[in-house]
Amino acid sequence: MENKTSLIAAQDVTKTFPLPGGGEQTVLENVSLTIAEGEVVALLGRSGSGKSTLLRILAGLIMPSRGEVKRRNMTLRGPNPDVAMVFQSFALLPWLTVQQNAELGLIARGIRKEQAADQALHALAMVGLEGFQVAYPKELSGGMRQRVGFARAFVMKPDVLMMDEPFSALDVLTAENLRGEISDLWQKGTFPAKSILVVTHNIEEAVLLADRIVVLGANPGTIRGEMRVDMPRRRDKNAPRFKALVDHIYTVMTNPDAHVGELPATPARRFAMLPHARAGGISGLLEILHERGGGEDLPRLASDLRLEIDDLLPTVDAAALLGFAKIDQGSVTITSSGENFAMADVHRSHEIFKEQLLREVPIAGTTLRVLEQKKNAKIGKDFLLDILDEHFSNSEAERQFQTLVDWGRYAHVFEYDADEERPYLADPE
Amino acid sequence: MRLVRIPHWGSTGIEAGGKRARFPAADLAVSLGTLTLLYVVARVGAESWVRFHPPDIIPSVSLDPRNLPNYAARSTLRMFTALVASTLFTFVYGYAAARSRRAERVLVPLLDILQSVPVLGFLSVTVTAFIALFRGSLLGLEAACIFAIFTGQAWNMTFSFYQSLRTVPAELEELATLYQLSKWERFTRLELPSSVLGLVWNGMMSFGGGWFFLAASESISVLNRQYTLPGLGSYVAVAIAAKDLRALGWAIATMVILVLLIDQFFWKPLVTVADKYKLETSAGEERRFWVNDLWRAASLPHYIEKLGGPLFRAVDRRLSRLTPANRAVAASDALMKTDRIFNSIVVVLCVGLLIAAMRFVHARVGYYEVAHATLLGAATCARVLALLVLSTLVWTPVGVAIGLNPRLARITQPLVQICASFPANFLFPFATLGFIKLGIHLNWGSMLLMALGAQWYLLFNVIGGAQAIPNDLREMAQNLGLKGWKRWRLLIGPSIFGAWVTGAITASGGAWNASIVAELVSWGNTTLRADGLGAYIAEATGKGDWPRIVLGVGLMSVFVVAFNHFVWKRLYSLAQRRYQLG
Repeated sequence: MENKTSLIAAQDVTKTFPLPGGGEQTVLENVSLTIAEGEVVALLGRSGSGKSTLLRILAGLIMPSRGEVKRRNMTLRGPNPDVAMVFQSFALLPWLTVQQNAELGLIARGIRKEQAADQALHALAMVGLEGFQVAYPKELSGGMRQRVGFARAFVMKPDVLMMDEPFSALDVLTAENLRGEISDLWQKGTFPAKSILVVTHNIEEAVLLADRIVVLGANPGTIRGEMRVDMPRRRDKNAPRFKALVDHIYTVMTNPDAHVGELPATPARRFAMLPHARAGGISGLLEILHERGGGEDLPRLASDLRLEIDDLLPTVDAAALLGFAKIDQGSVTITSSGENFAMADVHRSHEIFKEQLLREVPIAGTTLRVLEQKKNAKIGKDFLLDILDEHFSNSEAERQFQTLVDWGRYAHVFEYDADEERPYLADPE
Repeated sequence: MRLVRIPHWGSTGIEAGGKRARFPAADLAVSLGTLTLLYVVARVGAESWVRFHPPDIIPSVSLDPRNLPNYAARSTLRMFTALVASTLFTFVYGYAAARSRRAERVLVPLLDILQSVPVLGFLSVTVTAFIALFRGSLLGLEAACIFAIFTGQAWNMTFSFYQSLRTVPAELEELATLYQLSKWERFTRLELPSSVLGLVWNGMMSFGGGWFFLAASESISVLNRQYTLPGLGSYVAVAIAAKDLRALGWAIATMVILVLLIDQFFWKPLVTVADKYKLETSAGEERRFWVNDLWRAASLPHYIEKLGGPLFRAVDRRLSRLTPANRAVAASDALMKTDRIFNSIVVVLCVGLLIAAMRFVHARVGYYEVAHATLLGAATCARVLALLVLSTLVWTPVGVAIGLNPRLARITQPLVQICASFPANFLFPFATLGFIKLGIHLNWGSMLLMALGAQWYLLFNVIGGAQAIPNDLREMAQNLGLKGWKRWRLLIGPSIFGAWVTGAITASGGAWNASIVAELVSWGNTTLRADGLGAYIAEATGKGDWPRIVLGVGLMSVFVVAFNHFVWKRLYSLAQRRYQLG
C-alpha cells in the first residue's frame, strides 16, 4: 500500500450465509482490502465472486461473519457514515421529485430544508440536471435517472463513493457517456468524494476508471490479486497499452488458476515478435549447446556450423524467448529447462517444449484457450491473423502465424489443417 | 395470501378537464361537502350513546322508508369506524410481522388462521363480550358490530401491507439504511408509499366484503335473544320478518346508491392518489378523477396546506428525532440460541391448546357429535367446491373476454367492483322466496346463495389476469394460428392460472363464511335449513349452545386451514413456479 491515509479497511473478512436447507454458504473468505485516500479502486469479478457483498460489508450494510471493517481506526458496527452509494437499479423513490430524491440523505441528517435544497441543486447542476428538479424519476430516461443517483450521492460529500455496477442497467452509449463524465469529474479534482470504489464485471469499465483493479475469484469469493492502471485519463480504449491490459485481465479472469499480477512492463511482450526459427532448429541448437558443456560464444558457434551469424540469431533468440537459453554479451548459455529438454527423450522433449511455449508465449495460450472453447475445436487462420495484424504488418503477421503454427504443432498444443488453413485440437486419444 | 390483484387499467375514470384554475363552484362544492360530512358524522355518532338496557330498552327499527337515510348513515359510520380500526391494526401488526423475525414466525401463521376462521361464527362470543363491556349503552352492540366488520377487513389489509413491506426492493432498503433514515422517515418516505397501492386496493375489496358482515351482524339472535342495531342490515332483517317486499326494494335501492356514493367520493379518489405511488418507474398516463380535480381546484386544501404545512413539518421532524435509525446492523447469520427457546415455547403453547380443545370436546359434547359435525363439514365443503367449479365455468370465459378487450374492461370493471361490494345477503330474501315457490331444497339452494357473494372475486381476478397477458404473447398466438381450445390450453389457461388461484382462494374463504348465513334462511315464519356445518353453527349460535358453537367454529376453521394448506398453498406455489408471467 502507499502511504496515503486509509479510509476504509476490511481485515480478514469472511461472510457466510445460512442456506435455506441448513448448512451455510461461504460468499467471501479471508478478504482484506484497504481503500486509501485519492484512489479509484475497481472490484472486478464474475458473478458469485461476492464483489457486491464485499462492497456492502465496506458500506456497513452487511456485517461480516468473521473479521472486521475499520474506518478511522474504529471497528464498523453499522452503516458507514463516510460512504455514499450509487446503485445498479438507481434506487430512486418514484414518488419523490428529482430534487427530493437528491436531498434525501441530507434531510435524514436533519439539515435545514433551505440548505439541503441548495446543496441538492448544486449537485444536480454538476451532473447536468439543471431545470429537472421538479420532475419525477419516471419522466426521465435511464441515463438521467442514474444522474440523479449520482447527485444524491454527491450531496453527501462522502469519503468513499461506492458504485455497484452503476452503468450496467444503461444502454451501451448512455453508459459510455456517463462513465466518461464521471471520469472527467474525477480528473478535474473537484470530485465530491475522496475516493471511489466501483464494483463491476466489465473489464473495460474497470480499466477506464480505476487506478487499481482488484480481481476477485469465485466460490468462495477471495482476492486473487490486483494490478495498477498507470495510464493518464481520459483513457483511450484503442491505445495498445489499454488493449493489452484488457486482454491480460481477460486472460486472467477466464483462467481461474492463472496468477494475477501486473501486466508485464513491456506492453509489446504479449505479442513479442516470434523469431522466425523452426522448432527443429531450436532443438538442434540446444543439443549442440548441451554437448558443448552448456555455453558457447556466438560467432564461434556460427563459424563451426558454417552459418552466417544473422542466420543463427533467430534460432538463438527463439531459444531465449522460450526460456531454454540466455544470451549475454555475445555468448549463449543453456538454462536448466534447456538442459532438461536436450536430455529428454523425444516424447518428453515435446512436453517440455509445450510447457515453455504456453508459459512464455501468450499468443499460444490464447490460441489454445480459444480452441478449447470452440465446439468444433477449430479456428480459422483469419482469426489469429486479425489479432496479429494489430501488432505487425500484414506480411509479418503471416510469418508470425507460420512460426506459431510450427511451434504449436511441434509442442502438440494443436494440429494444423493446411488445406483448410485451420488450427484445430486433436482428439485427446 | 388472499390478496387482491391490482388490475391494470388503461386510462380509466372520468377524465375531468379541471386544471389548476380555481373557480368558486369548486370552493362551494368542497366546503358544502365537508360541512355536510362533519354534520352527519356528529349527529349519527351521537345516536350510538343512547341508553340500552336489554331486554327492557331495545332500539326498534321502523320499516318507513323515510328512516332509510338515517339508517344508511349509521351503517356507513360503522363501516368507516371499522376501516379506521383495520388500518391501524394493519400498520401495527403488519409492521411487527415484517420487522421482527421472531414476531413474524408467530404473527404470520396466526394471521393465516385468523383469515381462515369463519368470522360470523364468532358473533355470539363477541356480542356477549362487548355488551358486558359497555353495560347500559348501545355502544356495546355498536362495538360488536364494528368488530365483526373489522374482522372481515383487517386480515386482508394486513397481509397486503406485510407483503409490501417484505417486497420493498433491496436497494431501496439499503439506501434508507445507508443514509440513516429515522424509523419515521423510513415509514413515511419508503414503506408507506410502497405499500399504499396494495393497501388501498385490498382495503376497497375488504370494505365491500364488510357490508356482508354488517348486514349479518346488525341484527342477530344470540343466546336466545334478538339484538337489533338500527341500520340498513337490521332494516332488511325486519323487512324479512314482516315479509315486506316493498321495504326490501327500498333497502336495496339505498344500498346501491350508498355503494356508488362511497365508490365515487372515497375509493376512486383514494385509488387515484395511490396510483402515484406505483413502484415501477416507467412512464405512463397519470390517472385522473373528477373528485380529485375538484378538490385540487378548491381553495380549502390550499388553506389547510398553508396553515398546517409548518405544523406538519414540525411534527415530521419531531417524530423523526424520536425514532432514530438503528445504529447497528444485526449480524443475523444463523439461528440463535434464543430463537430455539422461542420456537420451543411456541410449540408447547400450540400443543397445550390442542390438548385443551380435545379435553373440552370430550367432556362437553362427546366424539359422536364430533363425527356428526365433521360429516356436516364435508357437506359444506362439497358445496364450496361445487360452487367454485360452477363459478369458474361461468365466469372464466366472461372474465377473459372482458380482460382481453380494453374497451369492454373499462366499462365493466367498475360494474364488477360495485357488484362485489354489494352485500349478497341483501338478495337472500328474494332467493329464499324463489326457493319456497319453486320447492327447491336449500341443500342445493344454499350453493347459489354462497355463490352470490363469492363469485365476484373469481371474475375480478380473472379479468385482471387476462389483462396482464402481454400483448407480445397474444400476437404470437395469433401469428402462429393458435385458436380455440389450443389457445386456451397453451396461452390463456396458463397465463391466468395465478390470478385464478388468487381469486379462488378469496372466493372459497368467502363461501365458507357465507355458509353460516346461507344454510339457514327464513322468510317470515318459514325457515329453510340445509345440512351443513354453516347451519349447525348458526343454530348453535341462536340457541346459545356454547359447546356446539366452539365445536362448529373450530371444525370449520380446521376445514378451511386444511383446505388452504393442502390445496390452495400448493396451487399457489405451482402458479408462482410455473405460470408466472414476466
